Amino acid sequence: MTLDLAQFHDTFFAESFEALDSMENALLKLSAGDADLELINTIFRVAHSIKGGAATFGFTDVAAFTHTLETLLDQLRAGKRRVDAKLVDTLLRSCDLMREMLGATQHKQPMDKARVTALHAEIELILATAGDSPVATVPAMPATATAAPASAQLPPGETRSGWRIHFIPGPKLLRHGNDPLRLLRELATLAPCEVRVDAKWIPPLTELDPEECRLSWRIEVNGPVKESAIKAVFDWVEGECDLKLEAFGPAPAQATPEVQELAVAAATPVAEEPPALVPAAPPVDEALAPRNNAASTQAAAAAAAASSLPSAAAGDGGSIRVSIEKIDELLNSVGELVITQSVLSQLAAPLQGLGAEELRNALGQLERHMRNLQESVMRVRMLPISFVFNRFPRLLRDLGQRLGKKIELRLSGDTTELDKTVLEKIGDPLVHLVRNAIDHGIETPEVRLAAGKPAHGVIELNAYHKGGNVIVEVRDDGGGLKRDRILAKARERGLIGADEELSEDRVFNLIFAPGFSTADVVSDVSGRGVGMDVVKRNINELGGHVQIHSTTGKGSMVRIRLPLTLAILDGQLARVGSEVYVVPIVSIVETIQVREEQVSSVAARAHVFRMRDDYLPIVRLYELFGIEPQHTDLLDGLLMIVEADGKRVGLFVDELMSQQQVVIKSLETNFRPVVGLAGATMLGDGRVALILDIPGVICRFQSQETRHSTAQQAA
Amino acid sequence: MNSGLESEPQDTSQYLTFVCAGEEYGVPILCVQEIKGWEGVTRVPCTPLYLLGVMNLRGVIVPVIDLRLRFGLAPRQAGGATVVIVVRVHDVRGEKTAGIVVDAVSEVYSVAPDNIKPTPDLGSVVDAACVRGLTGVDSKMVMLLDIDRLVTSCIEAPERP
Repeated sequence: MTLDLAQFHDTFFAESFEALDSMENALLKLSAGDADLELINTIFRVAHSIKGGAATFGFTDVAAFTHTLETLLDQLRAGKRRVDAKLVDTLLRSCDLMREMLGATQHKQPMDKARVTALHAEIELILATAGDSPVATVPAMPATATAAPASAQLPPGETRSGWRIHFIPGPKLLRHGNDPLRLLRELATLAPCEVRVDAKWIPPLTELDPEECRLSWRIEVNGPVKESAIKAVFDWVEGECDLKLEAFGPAPAQATPEVQELAVAAATPVAEEPPALVPAAPPVDEALAPRNNAASTQAAAAAAAASSLPSAAAGDGGSIRVSIEKIDELLNSVGELVITQSVLSQLAAPLQGLGAEELRNALGQLERHMRNLQESVMRVRMLPISFVFNRFPRLLRDLGQRLGKKIELRLSGDTTELDKTVLEKIGDPLVHLVRNAIDHGIETPEVRLAAGKPAHGVIELNAYHKGGNVIVEVRDDGGGLKRDRILAKARERGLIGADEELSEDRVFNLIFAPGFSTADVVSDVSGRGVGMDVVKRNINELGGHVQIHSTTGKGSMVRIRLPLTLAILDGQLARVGSEVYVVPIVSIVETIQVREEQVSSVAARAHVFRMRDDYLPIVRLYELFGIEPQHTDLLDGLLMIVEADGKRVGLFVDELMSQQQVVIKSLETNFRPVVGLAGATMLGDGRVALILDIPGVICRFQSQETRHSTAQQAA
Repeated sequence: MNSGLESEPQDTSQYLTFVCAGEEYGVPILCVQEIKGWEGVTRVPCTPLYLLGVMNLRGVIVPVIDLRLRFGLAPRQAGGATVVIVVRVHDVRGEKTAGIVVDAVSEVYSVAPDNIKPTPDLGSVVDAACVRGLTGVDSKMVMLLDIDRLVTSCIEAPERP
């Protein structure tokens, strides 16, 4: 029987990366001082699962490193070692390294061996030095966990002279890539084992499925082994097997089971339940789950991701991994249904006579159901923004330390949900903004105290829904933008004229210009001037919008407005001749009917339009796209003022139609990208309408103008 | 006509044929997804004229190519009788779906590879690169198209200024 392990690689990597995220979170909470056993257990479980998986798949480097890390974590877990800042730092770096190693393995790229060896050696050094001064309890135990030491303080009492293990694997154990032999071999490394196999469940040969595990084992471990060590061996198959542990030999003095149960319930899910409780473990676990959830929702969520405890698995409400493609397919079908439904409604509208009214009522009901269905499907793609926010505590800690600044991070609205695609693309711009706030915004403690501000700076990240958009705010209470410096720098670089006076808004917008930086010294954090323009471009690409508010001495706030989803766009339908185009509402500044005195011609052919103090070029869409228009006279049609990348033009169209939300379909799937088009969509009558990409339209217009003028010059 | 019903040697392949301006063309039947009536298209600006536009095929945007225009034959106004053959083709980036407008669908023939003759010089009427070969069926000549190349060349064609 050969099993192709490669098919499980993706799952392993996905789960490992998630697990590392929760490990990082737990480590950060540890560093904040509340070293509780649950956090340490979470971290331990992550390392252990990754080790097990990496060993199974033959990623020996990862397995070897994680093994050493696990040894260190085991000492923490057993209370033999204190959690201090230095240790947490090492663990965080290990976390990063594991992420890199896994990434390199996943993409089959070589890994920098020297760094792995260096950190490996560092951990081994820690293991070698401080291991001889055991600390009885985990320090800084939270007050609520006072009863916990009953289970945590077990080191001497935890060992027995031996264990009887009844190990009954589930039938699918082999299919999931686990090998019982490997487990037995690992057990044998702990102490001498006596293994007896029970083959009574093996079916007759005709019914035998070679991929099903029908054997079970009775194992006697003869030696003083910790229960946790045995459980650790089976950790990887927990939930896939029936495992009974029974101690034999002299048992230490122990609290009565009732007291134990209380103690465990009052504390946290403890992996090392006292042995006496083990046969009754499932009910305790069930009793634990709800309390645990109520007690610390966030920690529970983090723990649930990494936990292999059955209680946590039952408590996370149940979720499945579904590929984005399947969801998009579903979304497509629903979109088609919506169109069919609206075609039906149009057909039913003019009907007269018997039953026509009832038909229309039924169709109305159908429409409501369709809307609900569409919204539900959309929601499937939504994820809370905490997925992005969660990386900031680490960033703040690292950067703050390096720059010698004291900064507190306040997150709010992290349950606000966003489309997964938007979420993935907003991460980097937000990181950039927060780095900027740390580096340029927040002052050093001395400067802050001198300015009469508390030494601790505050960076606030806030997300909330507003009118079909998601607003994300990055706020700091630092020095604010230096208006004069920005103006001076902009004049120096010729971005604005020497005497030009600008409104507040436009001054702050200057920092989005490519290569713009007022930093005196270029650091590796920021100051190179690459960044803000990229931030703005990324957000604009998402169909979003950035705004800056700043008060000198008080701080700055960057407000990002994002669409809820990339699958749907708020569009304005506009007609040119017989064609209908969708213009993204986010690009439209206003739409006006042109008066004669507002238009003037330049170089005999092009027209410019005067809007207040600006002169805007007029883009005739029919000319650009080669369509037969209804109107060619500017005074007959309408001018949509659209903006992209800071450029404004007037887009001349025949007529505006309705505004509606449209589902964006890619042109590239079966065709190819076209400059000036962002995609296509289906209108209510099933017709295809093209969605304009305003930056592309402007770009196309400019290249056409250049061609015309060179042609004229040539003539 | 009845050749499709006989049991054929394995290496013969079936071709769906259609008529365009009096000529008969064939495409491998395995790349034909469906045959549709004309439901109108939306023109995509700045693309060659033979690219009639894009249509909605159950929620997916699919380009539609007019074979008469592609081969430089006399144009015919698309209307109720126009037939669109939806084909799946492969290019370097994977599978694509496209619609081809033809005058009428004709037959399904089985053609043995031995019966496919190399394309003679057709002059400029039909792009020889898009023709895989010729075959004779019941004293008619059928041009077998290299549909992958035909559709890809249409999609990748340069934009009209």
